[in-house]
Amino acid sequence: MYGKKVKLRIIFLFLVLASIVFSIYLILKSLEENVVYFLSPSDIKDLKEINTKKIRVGGMVKNQSISVKPEAISFVITDFKNEINVSYSGSVPNLFAEGKGVVAEGFLKDRNYLRAIKILAKHDENYMPPEVKEALGEK
Amino acid sequence: MFSQIGYYSLILGLFFSFLIIPILIRNFKNTKIIDKRIFFVSFLQLFFVLISFGGLIFSFINSDFSNETVFNNSHTTKPLFYKISGTWGNHEGSLLLWLLVLTLFVFLFLIKSNNQPKKYRILTILFQQIIIIGFFLFVLKTSNPFNYLIPVPKEGLGLNPILQDPALAIHPPILYLGYVGSSIIFSSSLSAVILKYISQNWAKHIKVWILISWIFLTIGILLGSIWAYYELGWGGFWFWDPVENVSLMPWLCLTALLHCILVLEKKSLLTSWVVVLSISTFVLSMSGTFLVRSGILNSVHTFANDPERGVFILVFLFSLIFLSLIIFFVFHKQTNQFSNKVNLFSKETAIIFNNWFLMYFLSVVLIGTLYPIFLDVLTSEKISVGPPFYHKLIVPFLIPFLIFMSVVPNLKWIKSSFKIINFSLILLFIFSLIISFIILKINSNSTLINTILVSVSFYLFFITIKDFFNKSFKTYSQKIAHFGFSLLILSILLNSFFSTEIITNLKVGKKYSFTDGNIHFKKIETFQIKNYKSIIGHFTIKDKKNIIKMKPELRVYNQPNIVTSEADIKSTLFYDKFLVINLVKDSEFFNVRYQSKPFMIWIWISAVLLAVGGILSLTQRFNEK
Repeated sequence: MYGKKVKLRIIFLFLVLASIVFSIYLILKSLEENVVYFLSPSDIKDLKEINTKKIRVGGMVKNQSISVKPEAISFVITDFKNEINVSYSGSVPNLFAEGKGVVAEGFLKDRNYLRAIKILAKHDENYMPPEVKEALGEK
Repeated sequence: MFSQIGYYSLILGLFFSFLIIPILIRNFKNTKIIDKRIFFVSFLQLFFVLISFGGLIFSFINSDFSNETVFNNSHTTKPLFYKISGTWGNHEGSLLLWLLVLTLFVFLFLIKSNNQPKKYRILTILFQQIIIIGFFLFVLKTSNPFNYLIPVPKEGLGLNPILQDPALAIHPPILYLGYVGSSIIFSSSLSAVILKYISQNWAKHIKVWILISWIFLTIGILLGSIWAYYELGWGGFWFWDPVENVSLMPWLCLTALLHCILVLEKKSLLTSWVVVLSISTFVLSMSGTFLVRSGILNSVHTFANDPERGVFILVFLFSLIFLSLIIFFVFHKQTNQFSNKVNLFSKETAIIFNNWFLMYFLSVVLIGTLYPIFLDVLTSEKISVGPPFYHKLIVPFLIPFLIFMSVVPNLKWIKSSFKIINFSLILLFIFSLIISFIILKINSNSTLINTILVSVSFYLFFITIKDFFNKSFKTYSQKIAHFGFSLLILSILLNSFFSTEIITNLKVGKKYSFTDGNIHFKKIETFQIKNYKSIIGHFTIKDKKNIIKMKPELRVYNQPNIVTSEADIKSTLFYDKFLVINLVKDSEFFNVRYQSKPFMIWIWISAVLLAVGGILSLTQRFNEK
């Protein structure tokens, strides 16, 4: 038989391994549930079905499209091929403006309408999110 | 002028790095004492990097736009303070700062390690010089801060206005002191492995460096959070943004190291684990720099993207990891013969458990930060991992972690009995349960998990207070740091449960009413300040108890043409009132965001307490000598 020391070590190693496997399982599982996918307006047009998961839509804010009301702001995101209407009632970042890149996070109501819960615009006037650049570059 | 001086002293600095290596190697082989020339050359190296950095600062002060870095990041109308801080507010300058801190630390290490064996000192400096040379080449080859521009432009492009801020002016240098401090830990543990010097003596000596980097990292992260709180206009202090995560990861690793170095110091145990942690801390700091600088992560920290830089740091990083793994596997021998029996109820075991928890938190943050990058590379699918992911994985494990942290720090080394779990502890636990239940009930937020979370953090809070009156085995530094941590968790929880927020779009002169009061937007005033136009909104906010006046500000900067919001924050001991406005399009509507955030100030105070605990421990170390 093995000595007591060896036994202890085996138990210890087993515990370590088990906890590692368990934590990785947990992490991957919750990753699956909590990631947010990024789509361009054209990707949305190509969607087969609309699910209720949160998504991000990126592109340019279309010129002359922002309209402000006390309770909400609405605008249009375009990738110069397709467009999507967005409505949003929350605080907007400083660099949110027509003709600039934007990322809106929220829920799709249909292929033409996104109800946003968060607007991201980056803190540099020349900055364009790489996703947006890519989405625009495909045209 | 200053640019040229800066450039040539940088090259001279690199020359001295190459010069010092043969001296080190020769000195390592023969003679018993350290060669005086090493001090001299190391000093010259530091001196020339300092001159080079000074050259860059003066170029910024003089607005010398023949220098490309100055042109890209400065402007004549910028206030002097931000001209200076602009030096390290950009990619090139910040790397020069890295280099400066590296050379400074290696010199400090050299003069402060007199009581250590000669071979160990020389080998550590050798490893450190390899890292320094890597950084020299990186700066000179891919991000030279002294590039020429011909013809010389009349005006610069300006510094991003949101970086023109006092907290952010000192945030990078302090964070770098923490990051770079971990490089000394890395080099020193590698040479200690080679020389089989992983011992109690070594632990005692390296603990000073661990404390130094830990303190700076803590303060650096704190400054970044404070800045994000009042400048970014979201009213939060931690967003689980990848760039924040890369500073948190080395901090978690360093915290684990800080605890288990105690075991090595007192009991000569966990030698391999200490080495692994030392290597990982530095690797995480380096990869943090890589991820931020390469433009893979997108955030306020991202500077111009340049794939060449990314490749260079990646290659450099992998060679360092490879080197350290080889050294670890070839040279490292388990020194302890398991002679010290480890008891389950002892401080040693407790610290191992503490490390388990910290490693779990670390892996959550690591995977959450890296997974989107890998997925993008492999499948070109774009995803983002938001706060729900981290909350879901970290919060449930916080409960056992906090209970554990309240009970076990009073365990003794080697062996303790169950007696530590006594009547008063149970009484305190019931007391904290009741308190948190009442608090949550009053504010109608009492879900089971929230109640448990708040009770365990109250429990830890009371226990850490009780410990101040106890003649326990803890030192004051530990008591303060642990108290700070419990306060931090408690105020974060209460803050996140009881924050309220109102967002609306208002015209000047209009009122917005909510359940307990209203927001009145009275008027706006505009002023022309040196490099921006200031628009100040005058608001009165009425809530249940009182009426307050608030004046949030919008700044329209001339160069670059950017609008920033300056939130108006009224802080009291119990809550912060936070108001920020923003102009949407050119319409008459202002986007108004009003938040009431309880215990905000305690989050900052508790983080400061953590650092104070570290500083106290450091001063104790110095007094012992």
